[in-house]
Amino acid sequence: MRRVVVLGGGHSKFCYNSPKTSVEMLSEVAIDAIRESNLSVKDIQAVNVGNVLGDFSEGQGMVQSFFANDIGCFNVPATRFEGACASGSLALRDAFIWIASGYYDIVLVGGVERATAMGTALATRTFAMFGDSRYEFPSGFTFPAAFGLLAHLYAYRYGIPLERLKEQMAAVSVQSHEYAMKNPNAQIQKKLTKEEVLNSFMVTTPIQLHDACPFSDGAAAVVLASEEVARKLTDQPVYICGIGQTSSGKLSSQYRYLPRLRARELAAEQAYRMAGLTPKDIDVCELHDCFSIAAIIAAEGLGLFEFGTAGEAWERGETRLEGRIPINISGGLKAKGHPIGATGVSQAYELTRQLRGQLAEQGRQVDGARYGLMDTLGGDGVLVSIIFSNQ
Amino acid sequence: MEYKILFKDYNKALKQNRLLGLKCADCGKVTCPPMMVCQECAGTNLQIQELSGKGKVVSFTTSYLNSEGRENELPITIVLVELEEGPWIMGNLDDVDPKRVNMNLIGTRVSLGHRVFPGDKYSAGNAARPVFSYAEI
Repeated sequence: MRRVVVLGGGHSKFCYNSPKTSVEMLSEVAIDAIRESNLSVKDIQAVNVGNVLGDFSEGQGMVQSFFANDIGCFNVPATRFEGACASGSLALRDAFIWIASGYYDIVLVGGVERATAMGTALATRTFAMFGDSRYEFPSGFTFPAAFGLLAHLYAYRYGIPLERLKEQMAAVSVQSHEYAMKNPNAQIQKKLTKEEVLNSFMVTTPIQLHDACPFSDGAAAVVLASEEVARKLTDQPVYICGIGQTSSGKLSSQYRYLPRLRARELAAEQAYRMAGLTPKDIDVCELHDCFSIAAIIAAEGLGLFEFGTAGEAWERGETRLEGRIPINISGGLKAKGHPIGATGVSQAYELTRQLRGQLAEQGRQVDGARYGLMDTLGGDGVLVSIIFSNQ
Repeated sequence: MEYKILFKDYNKALKQNRLLGLKCADCGKVTCPPMMVCQECAGTNLQIQELSGKGKVVSFTTSYLNSEGRENELPITIVLVELEEGPWIMGNLDDVDPKRVNMNLIGTRVSLGHRVFPGDKYSAGNAARPVFSYAEI
């Protein structure tokens, strides 16, 4: 298997009510990524795109082909990946496999979403399509509700008084807002206090408005290449050194294991094993904080903290830039934003910059970071872990 | 291979307050809602079993937000219930003031009823859903 390098990247500002179409948002960041890679569109051999709800938000299916054509990648194989909020991560992982296997040398990976065009009611409906439509949606299942169920279960399982857990969850959101203020691509650039979190609108107990990420529009792209090709193009290679992907079924079928998500733990295990690393080796992590409790569950499932303790770790500052394991220094899904098809690619873009030491100017560089871990959760059952290295 | 219980058969039974599950002859565990195989061991040696519909609440959430077209159901309390036979299923909790729902609900014994979600333009028809109420002791 060949080594695979992340070359250049492109990233839009995540936002509400983008005036641009999905094709336009994605095309702009893709050209940025190709130029930063010192390549031209003619060098791109294949295009992988994460996109989830274009069919509903713009009446646009098959965005990948229109996008490839728009940027002048005429007639290349273009493939759309759909795994709810992990779609971009699927596109990335498959591109890695294609290059590692020797079939392609250069693949463009993009992700895009324009969810806010749907409005909150339709967006909530379409996002709920990533739960079980026949056995769980009829009960009023939504993703906020799923994480409300997991939050109460978490408090019960680990014997944490709900009021304490709520404070820990608030600490997650407060930290994310703080770093988003330093990230020019972030959707929400506004300081948030614990009191504001705890006084915000109750969405579904115990999840309040500021425990939840926003609906978002945005796009991100990166170019992957074989090590041999990359050597001629960059002197700052960032390698993908571990990948993991798993699936799981409807929430109730995961029963006794909850609030832990076994599929995440297995995906992370695959990635660590392939990279020859353990959680202790990770210097910086971007994980799937679609809800504050989701961040706590993710950090534990990735092995970064003991079960039942991640919330305290956030409160103690262990997840901060200068902490033991900096997490979501981009602002996370909570404040950077969560355009679902783009999220995994955005995480990869962020970690690539961390590992190249390019974020000092923004005041959010993790000094000396060598290994970065990304974690993405799609719906009730697509989990992706990818580890990046700068050596 | 055919399903032992199709969604349409599960749905029809639930509309009569009958909860259908699958008992695995290989590992003895019960699967509900139904799947093609045993959710524990992936075995296919399954027998249809009518479940008691009794169990205890393992988690809950009261939602003040719902999908397009379902706003009139709010607030709605969603529960995960561990059935006496072992599996967990999702449903609603009836006859409870959402403002009074708290952590004490976890562990409460409940029994099964149902209501029908009439469906929307994306749902390919209606679907019965479990609606639990406090079990008589």
